[in-house]
Amino acid sequence: MQISKIELGEGLKIALNALKTNRMRTILTTLGIFIGVIVVTVIISVIQGLNAYVKKEMSGLGADTLYLSKMPWIFRSYEEYLEYVKRRPIEEKHYKFILEHATLADVVAPELDTRKTVKYQNESLDNVTVVGTTDAYSVTADAVPEQGRFFNMPEVEFRKNLCLIGSEVSEKLFQDENPIGKRMKIGAHHFTIIGVLMKKGQVFGESQDNTVIIPYTVFEKQYGRRNYMTILIKPKDPRQLEALIDQLTGLMRRARGLEAGKPDDFAINQQSQLMDLYNQLTRVLWIVLIGIGSISLVVGGIGIMNIMLVSVTERTREIGIRKAIGAKRSIIMWQFLVESMFISGIGVLLGILVSIAIALIVRSATPLPVNISTWVLFLGVGFTVTIGLFFGLYPASKAARLDPIVALRYE
Amino acid sequence: MLIELKNIVKDYQLGMDTVHALRGVDLKIQKNEYVAIMGPSGSGKSTLMNLLGCLDTPSSGIYRLNGSNVSEMDDDHLAEIRNREIGFVFQNFNLLPRASSAHNVELPLIYNGTPAAKRKELAEKALKKVGLGDRMHHRPNELSGGQRQRVAVARALINNPSIILADEPTGNLDTRTGDEIMDLFEELHESGNTIILVTHEEYIAEHSDRIIRLRDGKIERDEAK
Ligand SMILES: Nc1ncnc2c1ncn2[C@@H]1O[C@H](COP(=O)(O)OP(=O)(O)OP(=O)(O)O)[C@@H](O)[C@H]1O
Ligand SMILES: [Mg+2]
Repeated sequence: MQISKIELGEGLKIALNALKTNRMRTILTTLGIFIGVIVVTVIISVIQGLNAYVKKEMSGLGADTLYLSKMPWIFRSYEEYLEYVKRRPIEEKHYKFILEHATLADVVAPELDTRKTVKYQNESLDNVTVVGTTDAYSVTADAVPEQGRFFNMPEVEFRKNLCLIGSEVSEKLFQDENPIGKRMKIGAHHFTIIGVLMKKGQVFGESQDNTVIIPYTVFEKQYGRRNYMTILIKPKDPRQLEALIDQLTGLMRRARGLEAGKPDDFAINQQSQLMDLYNQLTRVLWIVLIGIGSISLVVGGIGIMNIMLVSVTERTREIGIRKAIGAKRSIIMWQFLVESMFISGIGVLLGILVSIAIALIVRSATPLPVNISTWVLFLGVGFTVTIGLFFGLYPASKAARLDPIVALRYE
Repeated sequence: MLIELKNIVKDYQLGMDTVHALRGVDLKIQKNEYVAIMGPSGSGKSTLMNLLGCLDTPSSGIYRLNGSNVSEMDDDHLAEIRNREIGFVFQNFNLLPRASSAHNVELPLIYNGTPAAKRKELAEKALKKVGLGDRMHHRPNELSGGQRQRVAVARALINNPSIILADEPTGNLDTRTGDEIMDLFEELHESGNTIILVTHEEYIAEHSDRIIRLRDGKIERDEAK
């Protein structure tokens, strides 16, 4: 195209003047795009925020930690759940068997848990998570003592009443006192504190620091065997996770005495299963919401097309005059495309501004780290150009192709 | 030869009917002629003017303008010719209602890429020439009919075109203001411009050097004075 800069400038001026003259009309036309942009950007940002949140929370589970237990984390129906409940429990012997034979495993830790009231002198705390395990737990569950130490294997074997306490328990029961060496009551039994755990924060809104850790042997003796045991296993080499799962399956089937052809009566869980489930759920959300957003953008675009057709009709005579005087098709086209892109641009710009405001509100009101990322802004520019061009093209080319004589005669 | 028409035919299709607006027009016009086209209503005067002004192309026949064959040019090429070679003056002025006189006058210069400073200078000169140096920033609705037509004349001549085409330029004006416009054409003619105008009034046609009379889409008489 051979349009001069001067002609482009004139087209721009004409478009801006037209928008100024029809200010109210421009704003109303913009509304559809405005809403569409808000829907799309807010949706994208919220979903991204949700993703970041879930990923962060799930990382607490450890990407390469396997959780061997009686029940899978995910089941599809209540009937299935009832089946799982009937399975034989995972027991200490399974833990010992795996500890001994799982050659691909780096660390193996049993985990039993319950909730108890803990007491120190006159202070008490309800609903504290009590975990029975070994020192391997410091690796599998990232429970690292900040002060003191973990109990060792002999202490587990000899069922010593030792415990480590979470930072929240420490703060609430001991305040400024040093808890190491103090004796406290967990349920009905006395324990000596040998360590305080590093602060871990929350996972899915639940504090990880309102906890005490004791040897699993003591747990079984004092609080009974009715609790489900989970065995936490980390591979020597994260790339061999699948091989480790195969090995564990084989070992467990042997330990359970399952004949070939019978289904497993245990489950090996890992974080990626939850991630998969989450992704499945959000995929549907994506499709639905992006659908809504696209529809409103298309509706907005049709609004622009409509108003541009009105604009072309209103200015038929002007187009005739310009063509008679020497305006080429391309410059008439440009004039109207600029106008439609401006309308969609105003909508997109306002939409993005309001979206940013909404994102800030959501971020301060919920735990979701909602953020309008820079690529959303690029997306906005993309929308402007696409919608402006796409829906402006037909009216603009209609204007450009007008026969000058017909246009000049137009009343 | 500035203008050369050979057997020009223009048909309009109106539903099932074909209107023969021009039925074979042969015409030659030289540089710096002053031609009046006359004829009864519907005889094809405006149709002929539109063809001469490259606003339209003939159904058949050949039109040579400055030696180049205009009858075969595409839309954009015609726009270029209109911009460069033709200055139009219409009966109903055809000014942009929201633009000032100056902007209306400089419009042709925008479409050939003349820089703003130069445009302003030329527009001012043209408006002074038609006696509207003090109406630069008025909009058409702030001007009288005669003044509007003078703005249109200024616009027509700003690009120094080969031909000025005027289709009943005084049709919407009273006799006195009409005469003023005719004086303007006289001046332009004297300074070397080629002028072709359509009129119904004998006394307007008197200003010209040559009168072409159309009837039923054909040249009935073509007489020089
Ligand atoms: N766009 C068109 N479509 C169909 N017929 C047309 C069109 N333009 C002109 N005509 C017909 O062509 C013929 C010549 O019209 P034209 O406008 O050239 O006449 P004219 O001599 O200028 O008349 P007037 O003096 O009334 O302006 C008329 O019969 C008219 O109806
Ligand atoms: Mg006419």
